[in-house]
Amino acid sequence: MRLSILARERIFGASLLIPCFIFVAAFAFYPIVYSLSLSFHKIILGLPSLGQPFIGFDNYRELLQDRIALHSLVNTLIFVFATTFFEILFGLIIALVINKYFMGRGLARAAILVPWAVPTVVSSQMWRFIFNDKYGLLNYIFFGSDTSAYTAWLAHPSTAFAAIVVADVWKTSSFAGLLILAGLQLIPDELYEAAKIDGASSWQQFKKITLPLIKPAMLIALLFRTMDAFRVFDLVFVMTQGGPADSTNVLQFYGYKKIFAEGLMGYGSTISVLVFLITFIISLIYIRTIGVKLFQEKG
Amino acid sequence: MKRTLFYITTFMIVSLSLVPFLWFVNTSLKTPLEVTSIPPVFIPSGALSSYVSAIEGYDLLHFVRNSLIVAGVTTIITILISIITGYSLARLRLKYKGLIMGSLLVVSMFPQISIAGPVWRILQDLGWLNSYQGLIIPYVTLTLPLGVWILASFFKDLPPELEASARIDGCSHFQTLFRIMVPLAAPGVFTAAILVFIYAWNEFFFALLIMTQQDFQTLPVGIALFQGQYTMPWGEIAAASTVSTVPLVLMVFVFQKRIISGLTAGAVKG
Repeated sequence: MRLSILARERIFGASLLIPCFIFVAAFAFYPIVYSLSLSFHKIILGLPSLGQPFIGFDNYRELLQDRIALHSLVNTLIFVFATTFFEILFGLIIALVINKYFMGRGLARAAILVPWAVPTVVSSQMWRFIFNDKYGLLNYIFFGSDTSAYTAWLAHPSTAFAAIVVADVWKTSSFAGLLILAGLQLIPDELYEAAKIDGASSWQQFKKITLPLIKPAMLIALLFRTMDAFRVFDLVFVMTQGGPADSTNVLQFYGYKKIFAEGLMGYGSTISVLVFLITFIISLIYIRTIGVKLFQEKG
Repeated sequence: MKRTLFYITTFMIVSLSLVPFLWFVNTSLKTPLEVTSIPPVFIPSGALSSYVSAIEGYDLLHFVRNSLIVAGVTTIITILISIITGYSLARLRLKYKGLIMGSLLVVSMFPQISIAGPVWRILQDLGWLNSYQGLIIPYVTLTLPLGVWILASFFKDLPPELEASARIDGCSHFQTLFRIMVPLAAPGVFTAAILVFIYAWNEFFFALLIMTQQDFQTLPVGIALFQGQYTMPWGEIAAASTVSTVPLVLMVFVFQKRIISGLTAGAVKG
């Protein structure tokens, strides 16, 4: 049998995709479907004698009544909004700064990347230490040696929540900055020169040239950060364990607790499905708005 | 005036990036008494005592070993698979490329909890909980999108003539890929390897679920679960944290340009 060059290339190309396909199908797509099926069953890890009875939508009905789940959803959403807002803001400032030429720019860039490289567990322990009620640096900065005024930041709902936001913003603003920087570097210098000749002030240049042209890059940074903030876990696990009074409980942590600490594999899976649906919808929006152009470059 | 403002901003950003972590490194060099003293001690005198205690009392080196094995093997497997996948998607005439790249992107955005229960069950059925392969397999799956995206964008930028002339000279597809294309895309391979390694080195969620026995736990799990008998062993936690972070910080300073190009590969081009 003789195959055309194109057919042979296609067969070769498709065969190269097989290993990647096996991993992704078996350990990413199949588990998604599996989660969905688990969520329709009653499965308690500690009680294998119960079997795995099919219970239809009972778990979902329970989820709708679950006030902690609702609370975790609200917390997750606030966390996502708060962190992405600050990360994009600081990211923009970082990008504007490191886009300029100055002595030691390479070193400054590397320094700004340090928080990104620090493992999240490490940065969580680090901030937990800084926020420590007895000998944390933050208390010392605010109150000096007046230990009677020292605050237990991680023990009050609002300050504990603020603490995980601070820790997240510290760690990931530089990543947002890099994405925005990549957008900045695509702007040709001629545009600014022309604007200068026309007498535009730096603020006008920023508003009329820079901002509109880095909008796509900012959108990408925004969506990357949104998706990442949805899966916040390490910070909560290390710094607060979801407390005090569930004030820092987030969906990924709540799901983890239900499935692995309480052994409610069936009920916990409804949370997995919920989180997946929310992020899937957001990532679809992402692919529609900015991804399409990338894929269609070469047919 | 404007210039001063610029330098002040730069100085602020750089110090805010570095100071919190340096404070933790500083803590790792203190004696237990200095760690908890008020006002804080700024010049530590504990030398390496916390490191010694972390190694002897908390078995730090065995966490390091587990992390090196898991992150190292993950990197090798992910990069090999990413090379052939990225090449195929970037250079060969295939159908449904957009769909494939899009699906990979979706995988990279999954919150881990959406697959955690089933992955745990699959590994349990295979008897792979508390085994290196049990953690390496999910890591390969989760880092493949990153590797494929970076390598596809590097392969795409290579001139098409090279491939054509290699083919005319009688190279097979495989020879063309590994003798001509991979050496040319070496910077991309290297960049992807750094990023995959950092991901696997830092990952915590799956490591926590899958490695429940201390023998197999990686550094992040160790650092998160360090417990003293009466007080938090902050000196030892800081020492272990420094050990797990310093290699990465060195990588960042040496390979800063590559890391930046890798992180933004594909994201903004187009």
